[in-house]
Amino acid sequence: MLLVHDFDDWRRTARRQLRDGIPPEEVHFGSEEDHQPLLDLPAGPPGQNHEHVPPGMFPRVPAGFLETARSVACHSDRHRWDLLYRVLWRLTHGEPELLDVAIDDDVHRLHLMERAVSRDAHKAKAFVRFRRIEGDHGDEYVAWHRPDHRILKLVAPFFSRRFPEMRWSILTPDESVLWDGRSLHYGPGVPSSEAPEGDALEDLWRTYYGSIFNPARIKLKTMKREMPVRHWATLPETQVIPQLLEDAPGRVAAMHKATANQPRSAAEFLPDRKTLKTLAAAADHCKGCELYKDATQTVFGEGSKTARIVLVGEQPGDQEDLEGHPFVGPAGRVLDEALAEAGIDREDVYVTNAVKHFHWEPRGERRLHKKPPARAMSACRPWLEAEVAVLQPEVVVCLGATAAQSVVGREAKVTRDRGRIMRSALCRQTLMTWHPSAILRAPDATARERMRMELVNDLRTAFQAMSDGAGAGQLATSGSR
Amino acid sequence: MNVHEKLAILADAAKYDASCASSGSKSTRPGSRIGSTEGMGICHSYTPDGRCVSLLKILLTNYCIYDCQYCVNRITSDVPRARFSTDEVVRLTLEFYRRNYIEGLFLSSGIIQDANYTMEHLVAVARTLRVEHGYGGYIHLKTIPRASGELIAEAGRWADRISVNIELPTEHDLVQLAPEKKRSDIEQSMTDIKVRIDAQRDDRQAGFSAPPFAPAGQSTQMIVGATPTPDADILATAHHLYSRRKMRRVYYSAYSPIPHADARLPAQTPPLVREHRLYQADWLLRFYGFQLEELVTPAKPNLDLDVDPKLAWALHHREQFPVDVNRADREMLLRIPGLGVKTVDRIIVSRRHRTLRADDLRKLRVPWSRVQHFVATADHKPRSQLLECPQLVRKLHPKVSSRQLSLFAEA
Ligand code: SF4
Repeated sequence: MLLVHDFDDWRRTARRQLRDGIPPEEVHFGSEEDHQPLLDLPAGPPGQNHEHVPPGMFPRVPAGFLETARSVACHSDRHRWDLLYRVLWRLTHGEPELLDVAIDDDVHRLHLMERAVSRDAHKAKAFVRFRRIEGDHGDEYVAWHRPDHRILKLVAPFFSRRFPEMRWSILTPDESVLWDGRSLHYGPGVPSSEAPEGDALEDLWRTYYGSIFNPARIKLKTMKREMPVRHWATLPETQVIPQLLEDAPGRVAAMHKATANQPRSAAEFLPDRKTLKTLAAAADHCKGCELYKDATQTVFGEGSKTARIVLVGEQPGDQEDLEGHPFVGPAGRVLDEALAEAGIDREDVYVTNAVKHFHWEPRGERRLHKKPPARAMSACRPWLEAEVAVLQPEVVVCLGATAAQSVVGREAKVTRDRGRIMRSALCRQTLMTWHPSAILRAPDATARERMRMELVNDLRTAFQAMSDGAGAGQLATSGSR
Repeated sequence: MNVHEKLAILADAAKYDASCASSGSKSTRPGSRIGSTEGMGICHSYTPDGRCVSLLKILLTNYCIYDCQYCVNRITSDVPRARFSTDEVVRLTLEFYRRNYIEGLFLSSGIIQDANYTMEHLVAVARTLRVEHGYGGYIHLKTIPRASGELIAEAGRWADRISVNIELPTEHDLVQLAPEKKRSDIEQSMTDIKVRIDAQRDDRQAGFSAPPFAPAGQSTQMIVGATPTPDADILATAHHLYSRRKMRRVYYSAYSPIPHADARLPAQTPPLVREHRLYQADWLLRFYGFQLEELVTPAKPNLDLDVDPKLAWALHHREQFPVDVNRADREMLLRIPGLGVKTVDRIIVSRRHRTLRADDLRKLRVPWSRVQHFVATADHKPRSQLLECPQLVRKLHPKVSSRQLSLFAEA
């Protein structure tokens, strides 16, 4: 029995044996520190070709072998040295391509061991958990880890590249390593009782672990396969697993309940047969979002059945909410005047809003207009879509940003895109302009007049875009006015 | 609100993003004082949902002005909100990193104010980590569609990987559930990123020392099961993203019920089997030489749930089996159910030296009970009638639990 204690040692000894032409059957290697093997593999068959290598000749082996051998040397199986020597012998005695033959018993065993070691090394890189302690040299990071094989030498360089400026050590039952910021120092094994106590940060880590977990998809088997339970003792986050599992069904149930009680969209309230009349009647009972609760009534669109222009505002205001008709308040008056000035007949127009209920907040005695929430905007859209589908207008005019965003999209900017005819999902010719109430809120008379003129002009553009409008010829040249 | 509370909210809000990989950056950034990237990603932990914890995956904030129906953070959802400062994220990342809990940071955000404002804050975290702390670990930044070119450029400079989520498989799905997002914007961002990655690579090849740009490439995520869109469309979109936008990875994320979900969305258990099948199909398309039409057809636009797509293909092409492993070309070997790329390559090398027998295949750790029906070796010739046997499917797949299937069937 030849005693070797690490890879380099084995390599030297093996080279000597090989030089002396000692076949694998006649030599046995062993290590003092070998305890009971994990998988006690039986000795394999002897190599097939026994050519003699003259003593003194340097054995040529494929490059891959040394690398594989270095890993396999870390395996805890006590037959590893013999196996390595047998493969080395065969490589140098007529089977130089042996390593390619994955189905050869020796090579197969070699691969199994190599894989086990590499997996163990990988798990060490993953599962080492440092704890910070106050040491003689300031902060020190210490981990206690229990690998299956002696992989510390394989992984320590990785940690030194990763944490070059930290002072750290990794303790295992068989060996230990310390990095002092400059070099690695290997030492003897350390029992788990000498592992440092917790680290305040572990609580935060457990919080993260618990929060990143999705209770609706439990896959315990996958977890245990990838994170074997034997490692759990040194992984602080595993302490919360039982609690997470216990809470999961309740959390999922609560989620389902919350979903079931959600208000739906207006789509469910649409009538089967769609005319302006049936739509308006159905909308009276809409509960597609929560706005109906605080409003007086639904304010549906109104206007000519044969309208070829649809004007879309934001939502009914205080007065509209009370009267039940769109654009009847002060803003409505501004709109009426502008339409008249643009030469547009009310007959050609249908007026409606992106959201059909008044959204407000109390300010003393008054109900103050509040921009409709995004949820209401999308919930209410089916009504507008249905109105447009029934009317098939030639032009849709969005009054103000909310309408523009609902019809054209969030990126719509009235200040930038005003007055241009563009295509939207609702209508081939869509145009946006000021909301009449924006004109009412203008900072001064000059601005007010300018915006008013722009509104009139934009309405004129819309009018001209109709196929037989006054300026039908310009219709196709979108953007020009 | 303290960091604990913020972390709970902002990790919870990020958990629906499936991307977790920390791989792809082959070398550590020069001059790093802490942290490294060496190509292979490491999963530091696993949660009970079977997902790998590799990165500190959090949102900068879960406030959002958008209203995407499948998202917990949409403006109309009433989840608790929080916002991290740059400093808080930087400190958390470094402290977790030092204890070897994580490979790095995956930072995303709800959209606050507008795309550029949000993007600036994401970039600031990455810049601080790299420049002030000499951090060389992994960073994955989610970019916001419509953010400016300069911001994307800076994001790519500091991050290992950047991603833009495609969100849903088709434009139509997007219109339905995320009216404020546009497919064209999303793809524009992907193209911008691809162009920069290419330009950087060209510069390097031409010998210029170009600063790094997202060395781990870009990835994206698609939510599946939130709309009725079939697998055929999902895989077609993925194929388009791989070939045209040069994605490193497309992640499929089974739509999972979220608190306060929109009622249009399915409220049941996420379709995990379907998600799994999509990943399998994705691999077959990328690494096994399969064509899309071989897996899904207009007549059968969804993958089988009870049989993996490779087995399904084999069962439909029984006439091509058994395959002689001592003779067949690589392409055909790859089509044998149960054989992976690695095994196939080992077979090819081994058979140069020896004739393979059944026992040899077992040594290569192939699932023999399944593989035996499809292969022929020197000493093993399956009776071809066996493949005709209708019970075969059931025999080949004892593992898919009927419970999982029935849960999905309710979907
Ligand atoms: S605002 Fe629209 S969706 Fe909401 S309840 Fe009123 S009509 Fe229905």
